This record gives sequence, structure tokens and C-alpha cells, in this order.
Amino acid sequence: MAAEAPDTPELLGRFGPLRAYPTGPRLDTATIPERLVKTHCCFCGQQCGIQLKVKSDEVVGFEPWAEFPFNKGMLCPKGIRRYLQGSHHDRLTSALARDQSLPEGFREIPYDEAIGRVAAEIRRIQSEYGNNAFAVLGGASMTTEKCYLLGKFARACLKTRHVDYNGRLCMVSAGVANKKAFGVDRAGNAMSDVPLAEVVWISGANVAECAPITTSYVWQARENGARIINVDPRITPLARTADLALPVKPGRDAALFNGILHLMIENDWLDHEFIKEHTLGFEAAAEAVRDYTPRRTAEITGVAEKAIRQAAEWWGTAKTSFLMHARGLEQHSHGVNNCLASINIVLASGRIGRPGCGYATITGQGNGQGGREHGQKTDQLPGGRDIENPEHRQFIADFWGMPEAELPHAGVDCYELFRKIDSGEIRGLLSWSINPVVSLPDSTFVKRMLEKLEFFACTDFFLSETARFADVVLPGSLHEEDEGTVCSTEGRVIKINQAIPSPGEARQDWRILQDIARGLGRERGFTFTKPAEIFEELRNASRGGVVDYSGITYEKIERQMGVFWPCPDTDADSQPINHPGTPRLFEPGSWNSIAKGAGPFFFPDGKARFHPIRYAPPTEDVDADYPVILTTGRVVSMFLSGNQTRRIGPLVDQYPEPLLELHPTLARAHGIADRDWVTVESRRGRLTVRCQVVTTIRPDVVFVPYHWAGGKSVNLATISAQDPMSKIPEYKVCAVRIRKADAPPEYADRLESQQ
Amino acid sequence: MVPDNHLFFIDPNRCIGCQACVHACSECDTHKGHSMIHLEYVDRPHSVQTIPVVCMHCNSPTCAEVCPADAIKRTGDGVVQSARKPRCIACNNCVLACPFGVPKMNVGFELMMKCDMCYDRTSSGLKPMCATVCPSGALAFGTVEQFEHERPRSEPLNRFRFGQQEVTTRVRMMVPRGGQVEHLDVTSLMDDSTPSHCIPTDALVATLYRDEDES
Repeated sequence: MAAEAPDTPELLGRFGPLRAYPTGPRLDTATIPERLVKTHCCFCGQQCGIQLKVKSDEVVGFEPWAEFPFNKGMLCPKGIRRYLQGSHHDRLTSALARDQSLPEGFREIPYDEAIGRVAAEIRRIQSEYGNNAFAVLGGASMTTEKCYLLGKFARACLKTRHVDYNGRLCMVSAGVANKKAFGVDRAGNAMSDVPLAEVVWISGANVAECAPITTSYVWQARENGARIINVDPRITPLARTADLALPVKPGRDAALFNGILHLMIENDWLDHEFIKEHTLGFEAAAEAVRDYTPRRTAEITGVAEKAIRQAAEWWGTAKTSFLMHARGLEQHSHGVNNCLASINIVLASGRIGRPGCGYATITGQGNGQGGREHGQKTDQLPGGRDIENPEHRQFIADFWGMPEAELPHAGVDCYELFRKIDSGEIRGLLSWSINPVVSLPDSTFVKRMLEKLEFFACTDFFLSETARFADVVLPGSLHEEDEGTVCSTEGRVIKINQAIPSPGEARQDWRILQDIARGLGRERGFTFTKPAEIFEELRNASRGGVVDYSGITYEKIERQMGVFWPCPDTDADSQPINHPGTPRLFEPGSWNSIAKGAGPFFFPDGKARFHPIRYAPPTEDVDADYPVILTTGRVVSMFLSGNQTRRIGPLVDQYPEPLLELHPTLARAHGIADRDWVTVESRRGRLTVRCQVVTTIRPDVVFVPYHWAGGKSVNLATISAQDPMSKIPEYKVCAVRIRKADAPPEYADRLESQQ
Repeated sequence: MVPDNHLFFIDPNRCIGCQACVHACSECDTHKGHSMIHLEYVDRPHSVQTIPVVCMHCNSPTCAEVCPADAIKRTGDGVVQSARKPRCIACNNCVLACPFGVPKMNVGFELMMKCDMCYDRTSSGLKPMCATVCPSGALAFGTVEQFEHERPRSEPLNRFRFGQQEVTTRVRMMVPRGGQVEHLDVTSLMDDSTPSHCIPTDALVATLYRDEDES
């Protein structure tokens, strides 16, 4: 039974989070690095190229990598300071076991003992309750090699159906929508198509703070004469200079896109030839938007009618365009429908699959794309295959050398997994690269579920808020301590290079996985000696699937500065070829393994699909008791749950604490002044944070960034309502009430700022 | 030497406030832990606009002209260096005099520190660190031809007027192309009726020179 290790001075003193600043060789101006290692950032999906300066097995600084084509030396604060997570005071250099008798809550145990204990518990729980009683959670900040191995481990070694990952919280709405509309889950175009677009439409993406380098692509489009349309309830740094900023009310995006499609049809701003040749379902989609007049659309969305008309005209009459979206559109209980409604206006325009004509979701995590390709998703097998498809199951079962009947079927999504802990169906959990105590909605419930588990083993390089609930903590590796591939937001497979060894008993995550497999006596298939071998297997496993990596090698990646999949190693006649990769999908006349020449989209008939979308309000709309909309998001110097960035001093200094953004109108109505303590409360829970009174947000909405833990975690208030198709939680809208706090929160009294 | 035709361009309209420049500058080898660039929020309650403040590398640098210890040098390629020890006496003249508000006094070091356009990088064919990392192109480095080609909507300016003083800089500030201004007059919005408590820059300079001549 994993009870949370409490916040004692001893625990905080040993495990942090404490802030690291440059010291020693990192601060010494005389330090000359021994070598520069070309690699990529460990944080977001932009996957900027960067060089790490290494001296005496420590990363002591960075140097821009000007030649890497995506970012050309550009970086954001997180990438610049990432190296401070190495040689960190808080770093886990040994395995830990929960020990309630110690004030710090954990004692160090030998690594082999930890592995033995994990294996023994897996065996015990599976023999007592069945294979599915043990679950695995992964994450998309790991290399694709590790994501692939984790999926294989869950299916072939543990033979449990319960494996899922943290991308469930972010990328799945776009994934489901893209598969439904295009048959493939990947950005349609590389960002290099953006500067060629006459109109750039950005929905629910705080590009400047969450994908900073993409800002320069958007602004290069503007330099070339483009108009930028930005849809967001806030004026973000990119929105500030948009030609048209549409402050949509959270949850109402589907109505907005329907309104745009309505106007496109009314004015015949349609590419009839494209619709006829390359799509299905236009009539039903057109019928569904018949009632979305500009007036009605304005009423639902809270956006001025003339702005809607202007947006439709610019979009409708453009010759080239790029539509991009991110979590603001997707993290809703109808996130999939929101994305499909946006895809409808792209398809109606016919502007996709050509230079300057594009569509993409902006992937958030470093390997958010690669991490959703080769099997750690509960319904997925390598190569983007479907775990319920009999042919796909047979192929992978044969590949892994196991009977197809033993290959588990689909399990449940990440959040439902926690509900199954509640019901007792899941008793044990193994986790990698995920911090659900901070990142899942309704954290009170999540914590209770972790305490309910019979056994929980967590792999991490810091004692995260989630690791505090573990019975055993396994010491994993930092990004710079391993080698492997990652797929960027563009669909570009790139190479991460190892800069330094792991300290102490910490080791590469794939080694830990293999050690557990060996501890279980189920070592077959888990005996790799280096990531290149794992990649070789995964590339072969992907052959013939939609996500075809078979023609990709480490050497090709390095030579080409990345390879866009699909990249098969044989052609349509099964002859070996040297395929350069596919930067732009859906090009007219292009061949793909599903359509086989019938058309550019990844369906047997080669056609993209429109979908009729009806607007539906959010799960928890505002009412008399909870009259304000709470929306959540990010800030530029913090990343995800903050497990890493809250330990990097200069990044914390930039944003030391979450600030609740609210409009002066709302502030005045509650007697709240700038920087007052404000309590924001929902039906799930409440938190008290300082506020920032700004006119750059809708007066009916408050915004809180989510990177903090404990009393500062906005997920105490968020709702766990999920999209029925993608299962993504509805982070972007729930109902709250706010008031000026009666007193500062408990955490404000502590002498040291505890993150 | 920094090539003559390689210029530093600053476009405040593109600044997204990410502080990549501040972090990267602070990581630079020659002055680790201290950033020579900083950002200002113009009016956060009403706008997310931020503006980076970099040394403008004036052709006749006011900071160097008012320095009583001759601690600030301008190299032949037009880059104004940061103050040097042992000459800098931390008198703060330059901090007060710079019309752009750039030099900062490091009290602990008793030394003024300011941007030197990453002279160690720019004199060996690299770009300044801030201009390399800036993800929005607000800080950029290259040739005028490159910028004419890549930034057709903006125009580089490098003449500023502060009261009686006209300042020409090596750093170019981007303004929308087709705008009417020939030079930016920061005093045009000042209230002339309020007596100034500061000695105007040009009068101060004149005083210093006059004293030198007399000695």
C-alpha cells in the first residue's frame, strides 16, 4: 500500500525540489569543454537542435547548432538551461524503497534488490489477480526506442492489456481526428510550408510560449504578406500582432469552425474539384452547418460577427493557407469534434498537400509524435497498427514470436486506468516518464488511487510528486544520458545523442525494463545491448504499417538532418529502395501503403473525409454557483508537470509561481486587486494563488498555468470529463467561482519557496 | 573584426517575452551568470508587449564620451566594448548618460557591464548569442541585403534624436516600412513645462570637454 511520503524537511532536503543554478565549471569563464555533442532539446515537440558542452562527464553549458534546419540555432529558455538538470542535488542515483519509519520517507536499496522486489510483486499480483491486474504507464518524453520497448514489455512480457501513456492527456484528440479524416496521425506538412501561406490560422495554440520557434515561421509568413488569424480566449504574445484575434469562449470552437464553413458555402469559397476528387462526406457536413449563421455563431462563440465574417473571407479567398492547432482546441470533452470541424474548413478549401497549403497539430512533448506511433498507447501496436485488427495482431505476434492469442487486446486509457484501481481491477502499477499527481485532472482522486494500489514502482530521475507514492523508485536516465530517436512535431525523425553517462546506480530506462524482464524470467526479446539494436527491431516491426520507419537508419537521420516518415525500404513492388522520407503528406498523385495509389489520403479509396459536426457545450458549463470559466495552460519557462523545470533555478526565477489571470471587470466585481491572493474553487477542489489583473483575457474566463504541485496545482480544480472518442481530459474548460482569499494559503508561510 | 556589412537588427514588435536572449546571454563564456540584455514589459496590465534592451553600439558612444577614466573603448569595427578594469571606477556616469538606458553597474565587481555584441563570437564569424537564439527574430544579425530580402515589411533605422543630441548607431531598429519618421524623437512626447532636474546630455559633454581643455 503506497502512502504518500509527507513533506518533511528531511525529504525536501534530500529530494527537493531545490533550484539548481550554474556553479563551478558551469560558472567559470575559463572552462573549456572537452567536446560538443550535437543533440536535441529534451523538452517540447519542436525538438530544436542544440549542442551540449561536455567536460569531465558533466554537461557544463550549451552552444547553438546553427545548421539544424528546423530551428537554425534558435532556442527558448528551457533548452538553454536544460543542462542544469544534470549533476543536480536532487538526482536519484540509487533505487529507493518506501520506508515510513524514516523522516525522509525512503531508504536507498541496492538496484538488484529493487528489481527483484518489482519482479516479485509483478509475479504475485498477476498470479493472484490475473495478468491485467498489473498496469504500465509510459510517457512521450522518452525516445521512440524506449516507447516501443515499453509497449512490447507490457504486451509480450507482462501480457497485460493495461498500458497507456501521458500523451493521452494531450495528443489523442488530434490523433483520433486525423485518423478519421486523413487515415494517418501526423502533421500534414513541415513548418517550412508556413511562410508560403497567405493565411495562417492558429486555433488554441499559445505558439510563442509553447512552441517558440514556430513563431518565427508564422512571422516569416507575415513578412511575405500573410494574414494571421488567431483563435484564443487570451491575447498571447503571438495573438498580440495577429491581423485578426478571435477571442473564442472556451469550449465553443466547433461552432466557430461550423460558422466559417457556413460562410464558405454561402459565398462559394470552395474547391469543388478537390471536394469531388479527393473527399467524401461534404454534403452531410454542409447540411450540419446550415444553421450556423454568422449571427448564431457569434452568439455561441462570443466572437463578434464581423470578425467571423472577416476570418471567413480571408480564409475562403486565400490561394494558400496553413491551419494549425494545439491543446486549446483539443483538450475538451469534444476535442475530436473540434479538430474535425477545423479539418472540414481545410478540406473545403482544397488547400492541403501542396507547397504553402498545410495543416498540422502542434505536438507538445518532445516525443509526443514518436511516443504515439509504436505501441505504448492502449489500442496501438508498432507501425501505428491497431491492436484489435486481426491482421495487425498476427503480424506483430509473429514478429515478437508469440501466439496471437496471447497478445493482449486493448486496455483502457490513462484516466480510466485510475478508475480501475478504484474498482480493484488494477492492483499494481509500473510507471515511466509520467507525473500524474500533477498532470491529471482532479488530483485528489488520483492521489487516493495511488494510495489504493497494492504495489507501485515508479521510474524517474527526480523524486516527482508521483514517485512520493511509490513502494519502489527506480533511478532512470536523463535525456542526455541516452541515445535514440525522437519524432518531432513535424513528423521528422531525429537522433538524440548521448553526452554523459548516468551517475551512480542510475541507468538508461531501457536497461531497467530489461532487468525487470530478466527478473521475471521472461527475458526473451529483451536482451538488447544498445539503442541501435532496439531501433533496428522497431524499424522492422513498423514495416508495412502506416507509420513506416523501415527505411530509416541512424546514419540516414544524421546525413539528412532528420527523416520524415513514412520512409519504407521497399517500393510498391517490394523492391528495395532508398526512400528519402515524406516531408509533405497528401500530395496529389502520391502513393501510400493504404491507398496504394487510389489517392493521396490514407484510406483504401485514397479520399479524405468530412465529418458533420454539431456543436455541444462543455461538460461543465457555468451556472449560478460556479459562474466563471476556468481554463488552464502553460508558461514559456516551465514544462509539463515541472518535475524538471521547477528544479532549474533561472527558469523558476522567470516564473516563480502560478498567477491567476483575470480581467479588470471580473476583478472589480470581486474586489480583487493585482497580486492579491485569490481562491478559485470548483466542485472538485480549490486552490489559492496570486492573481494578475490584465485586459488580455476574456472577462468571463480565468487562466491558471498548471506546472506546479501541491497547493499550487490547478488540477485540484479541473474536471476529469473525457472525450468519448479520444479520452482526453477537458482541461480547457470547467466551472469555478473566485473570491479574494480570506488569508494567504498555507504554503505561503514556508520560509523556503517550495515548488 | 566584425565585417562592416554585418549588422545587428532589433525588431521590438517581434519580441514575445520568452527571455531566451536573457538566459543565453547569461550563459556566455565571457560574463557567465550575468545577462547583458534584459526585457521590459511596456504595460502588462494592458498588453503582453515586451521590448529587449540591447546596447545600440553608437557611432559616438555617449557612455565612452562621459567616462572620466577612458574605460570604454570602441573598436574599429564599430563595436562599443564593455567597461574594463582597472580603469573603470564605478562612477556611474555612463549609466546615467546613456540615452538608451543600457549600461548597468555591477556594484559587487565595481564595474559597469554592458553588451559588447558578443565580440568574442562576432569577431570570429558567429552571430551574437541573443540574435542566434531569439525564436521570434526580434533580435537578428546579418547583412542589410539579407534583411531587405527576408523582412520586406520592415525598414531598419539607426538615427535617434534625444533632445539636442542626435545619435547614430551600429544597431538597426526595425520599424514598419513606409512609415513617415526619418528619426525617432523621444522628446516629442515629453512635457516641456516640467523643469528638468537633469543636466542635458549635450551640456554635460560640453562641460567635460571644456574642463579637459582648460587643464
